[in-house]
Amino acid sequence: MDLLNAFVVLSNFVLIPAIAYGSQLALGALGVTLIYGILRFSNFAHGDTMAFGTMATILITWWLQSLGVSFGPLPTALLALPFGIAVCVLLILFTDRFVYRFYREQKAKPVIFVIVSLGVMFIMNGLVRFIIGPNDQRFADGERFIISVREFKALTGLKEGLAIKTTQGITVITAVLVVAALFYFLNRTRTGKSMRAYSDNEDLALLSGINPERVVMVTWLIVAALATVAGVLYGLDKSFKPFVYFQLLLPIFAAAIVGGLGNPLGAIAGGFTIAFSEVMITYAWKKVAKYALPESLEPDGLAQLLSTDYKFAVSFVILLIVLLFRPTGLFAGKSV
Amino acid sequence: MAEAMNNQDAFLIGDTMTGGYGAGPDILHDCTVAVNPGEIAVIVGPNGAGKSTAMKAVFGMLNVRQGSVRLDGQDITSLSPQDRVSRGMGFVPQTANIFTSMTVEENLEMGAFIRRDDYAETMEQVYTLFPILKEKRRQAAGELSGGQRQQVAVGRALMTQPKVLMLDEPTAGVSPIVMDELFDRIIEVARTGIPILMVEQNARQALEIADKGYVLVQGRNAYTGTGKELLADPEVRKSFLGG
Amino acid sequence: MSDTMRNTVYFAGIAVLIIGTGLVYSWDNAMFILNFGLVSAIMALGVNLQWGFAGLFNVGIMGFVALGGLATVLVSMPAVPEAWRAGGGGILISLLLGAATVVLAVYAFAKLPKGWVRGLAMTVILIGGFFLYRAMFDPAVGAVEAVNPAIEGYLGGLGLPVIVAWPVGGLFAAGAAWVIGKTALGLRSDYLAIATLGIAEIIVAVLKNEDWLARGVKLVYGIPSATPDPIELQNTPSFVERATGLGIDPVQASTLWVKLIYAGLFTAVLVLLFILAQRALNSPWGRMMRAIRDNEVAAEAMGKDVTARHLQIFILGSAICGMAGAMATTLDGLLAPQSYQPLRWTFLIWVMVIVGGSGNNLGAVLGGFLIWWLWVMVEPLGHYLMVLITAGMADGSALKEHLLDSAAHMRLLTMGLVLLLVLRFSPRGLIPER
Repeated sequence: MDLLNAFVVLSNFVLIPAIAYGSQLALGALGVTLIYGILRFSNFAHGDTMAFGTMATILITWWLQSLGVSFGPLPTALLALPFGIAVCVLLILFTDRFVYRFYREQKAKPVIFVIVSLGVMFIMNGLVRFIIGPNDQRFADGERFIISVREFKALTGLKEGLAIKTTQGITVITAVLVVAALFYFLNRTRTGKSMRAYSDNEDLALLSGINPERVVMVTWLIVAALATVAGVLYGLDKSFKPFVYFQLLLPIFAAAIVGGLGNPLGAIAGGFTIAFSEVMITYAWKKVAKYALPESLEPDGLAQLLSTDYKFAVSFVILLIVLLFRPTGLFAGKSV
Repeated sequence: MAEAMNNQDAFLIGDTMTGGYGAGPDILHDCTVAVNPGEIAVIVGPNGAGKSTAMKAVFGMLNVRQGSVRLDGQDITSLSPQDRVSRGMGFVPQTANIFTSMTVEENLEMGAFIRRDDYAETMEQVYTLFPILKEKRRQAAGELSGGQRQQVAVGRALMTQPKVLMLDEPTAGVSPIVMDELFDRIIEVARTGIPILMVEQNARQALEIADKGYVLVQGRNAYTGTGKELLADPEVRKSFLGG
Repeated sequence: MSDTMRNTVYFAGIAVLIIGTGLVYSWDNAMFILNFGLVSAIMALGVNLQWGFAGLFNVGIMGFVALGGLATVLVSMPAVPEAWRAGGGGILISLLLGAATVVLAVYAFAKLPKGWVRGLAMTVILIGGFFLYRAMFDPAVGAVEAVNPAIEGYLGGLGLPVIVAWPVGGLFAAGAAWVIGKTALGLRSDYLAIATLGIAEIIVAVLKNEDWLARGVKLVYGIPSATPDPIELQNTPSFVERATGLGIDPVQASTLWVKLIYAGLFTAVLVLLFILAQRALNSPWGRMMRAIRDNEVAAEAMGKDVTARHLQIFILGSAICGMAGAMATTLDGLLAPQSYQPLRWTFLIWVMVIVGGSGNNLGAVLGGFLIWWLWVMVEPLGHYLMVLITAGMADGSALKEHLLDSAAHMRLLTMGLVLLLVLRFSPRGLIPER
């Protein structure tokens, strides 16, 4: 038994990746949950909004790289991020003005909004494929590791190594900053509070003189920013592929629902719940078990509960369990 | 008597209003309600008499086809509820009248949303009127008891420093003890000089504190008088106050 | 213009589109559009049942279609006896074991009093059952997949006529719909959407990864046809004679003939389902469904069991999609799980229903044909458009090449645009509900 090495292996293959992935999901789920809270529909175009923002960031990254601009050890994409957000914001505001607003004025049912968001999803998906193509794009540059396996081993003298990728570090730090800023905004500023008020009780918010169109616009601004940040972080950490972003819709929605739709805190908790379950259930535990268990108990197989191909099944099953036993989510969202 | 009470120059008056929701049938027929500074005016009547409708008409939430609504001498019949709020009308709906997920203090801040000046003083005044709110100001409003929620709701409406306050059944669903306390608070608000127009289900108790009472029946003014007069009127007692 | 006139014009328009495609491109192409148009129309009919009649928002159509595809393999392919000997029994037993575990856990949940004992019991049952299941399942799967992996490596099917697979596909889909419906119906509409989206991804993931079942991404080729084999036809003297008599090349004639037979079969299915759907729509049952859709609260107050009715129609609609999925796979002659893309098999069907006219069966059929034609033709038409746009650009310029390469992605843009435009300017579709 060697618990220290077991913990290192666990950190390297489970904890660190899950924390990074959880942060990305949480940012995505925050976007979904904000739209749900303010505009009151499930936005199926969210995955493709993430893809669009990321694509804009990638194109600007390439342009910066061609100019010879770099961000030292950090990825150039971070420099491009604000511009990517700006492009995404423009598209989103354009969409709201020419698509969603009409249905708001009509006071259409939520399900109509959902179907409209399908149309928007098609168009954004098409745009992304049209502009950058359907293939994998890698755009991370700069230093690859904060600490590599070799450095870690040399540093600690342990048998097992641990690597923290720069992108993982950036993901977590950015996510913390963004979430802190978002919560500051929602809880401390006049506009943020007016958004919460609108989400809580629309009629009373109108009575209090809160301008709904302004609330909606600010929401879209934040959502575009969150989606772009989430998408870029995911793309840096893994890679950018339009279809994968579409598929992220499922874990993101699962995270938002598990946490309680409309509840920002819940979205974060849900993101990490989904990410940890997904990583832990699809991880082959043999290596951890080798260190953590006495030799006689060592598993013969990989000790993997499910193959990684079934990671969607994990979010789905968690989703079903929540829907069955606690439809309002862990943090009591607004829906039944 | 009624003519004298319905002073054409009242501070807030819904004057001979006829109308209904949207294009629907008329619910109000030549209905008049009015209130002056320092007064509490109460609208009572049997279920379905159009009490709340009359108040909503004054607040611009339904279609007034004949008659007019005037505030401080100005015709506001065509204004939206939001515009009426910025003209100085405060309205407390019967249900869903607070932001349940927000703290008491945030509820008050949202009440002051249209104000661009410093509202700290107003908030202190509200806290003085409703001391319990100060105690619970960091708590989510949804966690409070029914009576406390109503205080939050009234406090929220007071944050705009309204020139007139309208309450739609403020004591619906609270216990008699809480009801008495709420009425006490409402009297205190009225003493600060704000005219109060309110709809009440608990007719007897409401008329006891009313300077002016309107009994509506089927969207029409049936009886009008001071609270005391109505309480003493045998007809009113027999029909509406249970003897 | 009367409704009948208008509808006739619409369908004549579809005929013109398909025949025009045949004249301009090839008859092969036209038949392809016609046959998949029929399949699409059936799917649209199923979705219209759910959405148009009951207002249920199902975005897992792809999953039900894929189950139909699986049914084709399981019903029509010959069994692989060697694989069965190697691990068939093991797989069956382990699947039963897995099912037993779930049943036992549910039983424990229902019978034991609430508290930590129940939680513990369920955990023990589930985890123990899972490991037992895996211990049986893994070696059996390994053995099966080792049998002649280049062309087999799976258990095969029952070797029955492929047409049997169509209703079986419907049954498979109905089963999946029952599970989803039981959990997500009765909650808000968005939840059904997410749940169906999820089940569809999982079904396709199973198809891709469980090689013992249907060879996963290695594809199952040579699914028996429901028609005569074209090669055989070419060797039949009477057929060749008749073809040459009509002045058609026998090879071409044989493939066209096969496609015509399919068109006939599919049309028969479509007509049958259409008649059933029409009768259902106008029956008391259909009126009740629409009453529920229009005012759930009132229907519930009148004593209608809304959730049960919804479950019923959700299962029916999904079964139709499963059936259509089996037909599509039969027509293709192969099962390729990687071809199941949600944009193609779920969202495209939605465009068909919305454009055609939700709540109207004829509209759904029309939308099925029209949008399918558009989906197929946007690519060549988009290419022409790009050629036109780029005509003035220098050959070899990066932009020109990019634009020409990207023509393929015009599809999604067009579909999104069509959907949004219809929703905005003609929300009730081409043939609105009466």
